[in-house]
Amino acid sequence: MQPVAISVDTPEQSRDLAHKAGYTFPLLSDRGALVIRRYGVLHPKAGVAGADIARPAEFLVDRSGVVRWRNLTGDFRVRARPDEILAAARALP
Amino acid sequence: MRTRFNWPLWSGLALSLIAFATYFSLFVAQPSTRDLPWPTFILFAIAITLAVIGTGRAFAAEPRSRARRVIASIVAFLTATIFVFFCFAIFVATKMLPKSNEAIAVGAKAPDFALSDINDKPLALSQLVTAPGTKGVVLIFYRGYW
Repeated sequence: MQPVAISVDTPEQSRDLAHKAGYTFPLLSDRGALVIRRYGVLHPKAGVAGADIARPAEFLVDRSGVVRWRNLTGDFRVRARPDEILAAARALP
Repeated sequence: MRTRFNWPLWSGLALSLIAFATYFSLFVAQPSTRDLPWPTFILFAIAITLAVIGTGRAFAAEPRSRARRVIASIVAFLTATIFVFFCFAIFVATKMLPKSNEAIAVGAKAPDFALSDINDKPLALSQLVTAPGTKGVVLIFYRGYW
C-alpha cells in the first residue's frame, strides 16, 4: 500500500517536512489546488492570507484506479488512523 | 505594611499559558491526548483554581487596595479567557470544514493527475497505482503549512 500526500505546499516546503519528519513516501505539490478541486476536497480561503487549501481527506485507490474507501473527517484534529486505512486496504483484491 | 506577592494569581496565568502552549507543542502529537485533551484540561483546572484563590487574596488583602483588586480581576479574566479560547480553537474552529458533497465517491474512478514531488519531478497517479507490488494507493489530502 503506497501512501501519497497532497497539499498546496511547494516542493521545497514539502521537502523540508519530509526531511524533518523522516517521510519517505511521495509528497506532491498542488500549487493551484487543481487536483484538490477535482477531487472535491477544496477548503476555500482556509489557508494563510485566504488561500484555497485542501480539507483533510483520504482516498484509497485500487490498481484499476477506482476509489475503494474514503474518509472525510468532520474535525481536522481527527484523521483516519493507520489501522482503519490498513483494514480498508486488506479488503482490496 | 508590605504587600505580599500574589503568587497564586500570577502562577495561575502562567499555567494557563503553559496549558495552551503544551497542547500544540506536545499533546497534539498523541491521539490519546489530542482527541480528548485531558492533561490540558487538568492544567487549566489548576490554573483557574489558582486564579480564583489569587483573586480572593487580592480582595481580602489589608490594607484594602483598589488597584490590587482591579489587577487581580484582569489577570483572572485573562486566565479564563485563554481557556475559553482554547476550547473554541479545538472544539469549534477545527470543525469548520466544508461539507465536500462533490468529493469523489467510493466506486467512482479516481481522476488521474500528475503533480511535482519534493524533487520537482512529476509523478502521476496512474504510474503509482500500477507500480509493481502495490495493491493500491492512499491519497492523503492535507492542509499544508506544517
